[in-house]
Amino acid sequence: MIARLFSFRGGIRPDSHKKESSGAPIRPVPLPARLVVPLIQSSRGGARPIVTVGDKVLKGQCIGEAEGKTGTAIHAPTSGTVSEIGRYPMAHPSGLESPAIVITPDGEERWIAHEPLDLATASRDELILRIQASGIVGMGGATFPSHIKIGKDSTIETLVINGAECEPWITCDDRLMRERAADVVRGAMILRRLNGARRVLVGIEDNKPEAIAAMSAAARARMDTEDADGGARIDIVTVPTRYPAGGERQLVRVLTGIEIPANRIAGDFGVQCFNAGTAHAVCRALVHGEAMVARIVTVTGDVERPGNYEVPLGFPVADLLALCGVRPGVDRVLMGGPMMGFTLPKLDAPITKGSNCIIAASPGLFPPAPPEQPCIRCGRCARACPAGIQPFDLYWFSRSRNFDKAGEYHIFDCIECGCCAYVCPAHIPLVDYFRFAKSEIRARDEERRAASQARARFEFHTFRLEREKAEKAARLAAKAAETRASLSAAAKADAAEQNVAPPPPKPPT
Amino acid sequence: MLPPILTALLIMTGIALALGAALGYAAVHFKVEGNPLVEQIDAILPQTQCGQCGYPGCKPYAEAIASGEAETNLCTPGGDDGARTLAELLGREFKPLAAGAVVEKPKAVALIDEASCIGCTLCIQACPVDAIVGAARQMHTVVSKLCTGCELCLPPCPVDCIALVEEPRTPQNWKWKYPATGLRVVA
Repeated sequence: MIARLFSFRGGIRPDSHKKESSGAPIRPVPLPARLVVPLIQSSRGGARPIVTVGDKVLKGQCIGEAEGKTGTAIHAPTSGTVSEIGRYPMAHPSGLESPAIVITPDGEERWIAHEPLDLATASRDELILRIQASGIVGMGGATFPSHIKIGKDSTIETLVINGAECEPWITCDDRLMRERAADVVRGAMILRRLNGARRVLVGIEDNKPEAIAAMSAAARARMDTEDADGGARIDIVTVPTRYPAGGERQLVRVLTGIEIPANRIAGDFGVQCFNAGTAHAVCRALVHGEAMVARIVTVTGDVERPGNYEVPLGFPVADLLALCGVRPGVDRVLMGGPMMGFTLPKLDAPITKGSNCIIAASPGLFPPAPPEQPCIRCGRCARACPAGIQPFDLYWFSRSRNFDKAGEYHIFDCIECGCCAYVCPAHIPLVDYFRFAKSEIRARDEERRAASQARARFEFHTFRLEREKAEKAARLAAKAAETRASLSAAAKADAAEQNVAPPPPKPPT
Repeated sequence: MLPPILTALLIMTGIALALGAALGYAAVHFKVEGNPLVEQIDAILPQTQCGQCGYPGCKPYAEAIASGEAETNLCTPGGDDGARTLAELLGREFKPLAAGAVVEKPKAVALIDEASCIGCTLCIQACPVDAIVGAARQMHTVVSKLCTGCELCLPPCPVDCIALVEEPRTPQNWKWKYPATGLRVVA
């Protein structure tokens, strides 16, 4: 067991709204008319389609091969026919389109043959390759490819499994840990084997007693029966409910006391953190041979049948909402939680690997924000900020487009958790300002990079032209000298000829 | 003992010689290569190398500004913002771009219609950043990552097969908007 818990700075305690969706067990969904599977479903690169229109595919069959080292594969979420490969709106605040493979289900749900790995004999590289080939990414929402994280060669002491689920309304990890605790624990132990950690800590907020009980039972069962873990412990730790306890840095701080500095990652301090959903997906992929084809999504808010659904990837959000019965008055739909999520610009966007929650928002549940008032520098945002930065300073800099200064005040340490905007008495949408400033800074940096590249290329271009000119001049000079030399030689020869008698004519041959 | 006037003269001469030697040494050994102001101006210019300012590239324009022979408001891709930054750096008065010159264009790159290209290499010679590859009587193509969108390849093309296409919007280059402040209803 761990001796004591630590505390992270800042944070808030919003109404949790977990009861609405946590009561019912995870339910399956009927297949829709078509599934739109985006080729890019991770934060670091996408997949290359390996099927063509008209192909018959089986559930779990790879339809997009991982592109490069950082890409992750995608798989057919059900059996059916590839009906189109085109561009479709993606689940992104921009509402932009991205390449996607459309599958028309045949309704048979026929799986491709499962090929589980023999965990006892498989090497670390084989397991990591399988994680990549199974398309596993961080399921907490950031969708960072798991094979990159686990494949790092840092020395890991502690594996943290993130079951905190601190964001209000979302309950998908809660239900997952209640119903599939054994698989989560098994997946956690596989991850532990891969990164070589000596202990596993599962952090769960104290508002999920059922999940804590189920996970504790599964952990005990695992430690009683399996002796393959080399004496490594798995501990289920109850952490106090305080948003954002489920942030990676915050949870690592609470469980281990390590405060990860800016510009460093947890791995530098011997800690690695995976979401409970990711651990579950790893278990399904390696032990059962099932690629990632579905995820658990919380549908809540103003709907008739809120709850958690096991949704095939590529399922249109509109169909999912129709299934749950949207009540009248819903004026927007959030993807992700109310704190960090975003309003979906188009409802035909599909569910992807990072979509943990869909909230049907109505003015009754989520009243429109009161008008923004001037900042009075009360400092409440700075006290609430878990990243330890000063939102009110950053607000001034972002607002006046003073991006150099915003960067100096560490705007990129902001995790966009929304605590500052939540406590702001002037109702300033601080996170919106920070997102704006961050994307402007990124664009500007990209422009500068392109400019310095163009400068270098232009300088080389001018240098090359001058060099070519000089070379040509040198060549011409050499040629001229040669001609002059041969001419003068010829002239000399002529002069000599006139003095000396001509040579006898050659006999005809 | 020397008279005080001579002592003073000797001391002053000694100091003058020492300082002169130090300055002479510094002038030789700490000589600044080129004009540092040119580098600073060049850093502000957008490096499209388009020549719209009338100089054959950004560096030559920077040199012209530094020597005082060019105005700061000739760079069209840099826009009024660029002209303002330049004016601030040089302590000159800000002049907006000439009327009609300000065209805020979205970033675009050249694209060769490969079916029509006859392989004349004229565009390759025109490109200031060597972003076009190809050979005589072979199809040419633009390396779009390196293209600055300067449009210098458009006029030389004898078959008009080069067009500028806007950079597509992707989640990577998509930007969050400036937060809109709702109007307050006062009555």
